[in-house]
Amino acid sequence: MLHGIDFGLAEKSITALLGANGAGKTTTLRALCGMVRTEGEVRFAGQRIAGRRTEDIVRLGIAHVPDGRGTFLHLTTEENLRLGAYARKDRSAVARDVERMYAYFPRLKERRRQQAGTLSGGEQQMLAVSRALMLAPKLLLLDEPSFGLAPLVVRELFGILRTINAESAVSMLLVEQNAAMALELADQACVIETGRVVLSGSAAELKRNDAVRRAYLGY
Amino acid sequence: MEAILLQVLAGLATGSIYASLALALVMIYQATHLVNFAQGEMAMFATYIAWSLINAGMGYWPAFLLTVLIAFVLGVLIERVVIRPVENAPVLAVVVVFIALLVILNSVTGWIFTYTIKSFPSPFPAALGIRYMSPHQVGALLVTLAVLALLYVFFRFTPLGLAMRAAAQNPVSSRLVGIRVGWMLALGWGLAAAVGAIAGMMVAPIVYLDPNMMAGILLYAFAAALLGGIDSPGGAVLGGLVVGVLENLLGAFVIGNELKLVVALVLIVGVLLVRPSGFFGSVQVSRV
Repeated sequence: MLHGIDFGLAEKSITALLGANGAGKTTTLRALCGMVRTEGEVRFAGQRIAGRRTEDIVRLGIAHVPDGRGTFLHLTTEENLRLGAYARKDRSAVARDVERMYAYFPRLKERRRQQAGTLSGGEQQMLAVSRALMLAPKLLLLDEPSFGLAPLVVRELFGILRTINAESAVSMLLVEQNAAMALELADQACVIETGRVVLSGSAAELKRNDAVRRAYLGY
Repeated sequence: MEAILLQVLAGLATGSIYASLALALVMIYQATHLVNFAQGEMAMFATYIAWSLINAGMGYWPAFLLTVLIAFVLGVLIERVVIRPVENAPVLAVVVVFIALLVILNSVTGWIFTYTIKSFPSPFPAALGIRYMSPHQVGALLVTLAVLALLYVFFRFTPLGLAMRAAAQNPVSSRLVGIRVGWMLALGWGLAAAVGAIAGMMVAPIVYLDPNMMAGILLYAFAAALLGGIDSPGGAVLGGLVVGVLENLLGAFVIGNELKLVVALVLIVGVLLVRPSGFFGSVQVSRV
């Protein structure tokens, strides 16, 4: 349940959405792409998108790495990637992007013909991010990409997210429990509590904020 | 030895028809997780459409293609008009809708075309026959194998086929990559109806055309789908061929022709008791 949550995202930047369990982080992402019923207004690149169907919002260039990864477990790694580009028509660019994902995540290339359900947690998260990127999105919504991953894998994944943000100018909205990692990656950040934005600013500012430090960074 | 070979080949011919109807069942099952009891009656109704077209003077193959097209459209319509409203209804409600469809299609066909048994032509020339198989057996086997191969290529190698598989498995994630899930499910119904129509037209020259002609065939198809694993398309095809051969061998040498249908029932009960997921089906584990 969200109550008048209000924030803006700067183009080509990474914004972190922080908050405790149940604060409404996942619901915010779902509201953005029409997976829950919403009142109020959501604008994307000047267009109103609230109330539209998920599949139409996705076609505007908003990709979502959902809570629980949303992998097509019975399909192969490569089929998952091809599905990510389902809304695109430029076939040769899609083929190039598949290779680009394999370059970012060489482990996925090794497992290209394997059923996605047999991949490890880290590999599945890489696949989920790659699948979303296959849309060639303008905005990437990431729901807890670090969930269930070893710290080393999280570091690798966040490094690649940074590279992708710089290379292909994808804006990102990142929901994270791991606030320290998120603030390191993000340019901007918002803190939400029980469905409201209580604090927002640059990531560097928030890292120095005493309340944020005590509540989310734990020192 | 020759008698056995004869029965095996004849079994493969009818088995391929069971296989295509079983595949139609599996296609609907993957999307709805329910067995469409009306699949046989949908095929029967389509076969009557083909009969009407041929009787109106159309050539067999044009009538065949037109029937497949009409069946496809009817399948899409049934999903949109009848199944969509009960999409989130309890299982029993959907089963009742399936049974209603079965009864309605059966009675409407009887009402329009009467219950008199009609003969249905076979399009295959006598030259197609071989020593152990009649022309129609060879032809039906070739046609159904071609249909199965086409479906395999469609689902395996085309973006639309991939999207349909994705939509059936994981609707939420499918929407998140821009797939219009509702239309994919409707297309699935259309394809299943079209495949069923072909099975109906292939089996009609053997069992003759009447509104109840698919009752027995659907039972064999159920047995085939269960044997192969109700969520496995490849299993359904193999199951169909096995059931066809088994039915013929047992009918000819063991239990006699009158008890053939019992083979299907015993198989259904046996598979459900011993191995509910069939040969190739996935075992469902759910947390409670």
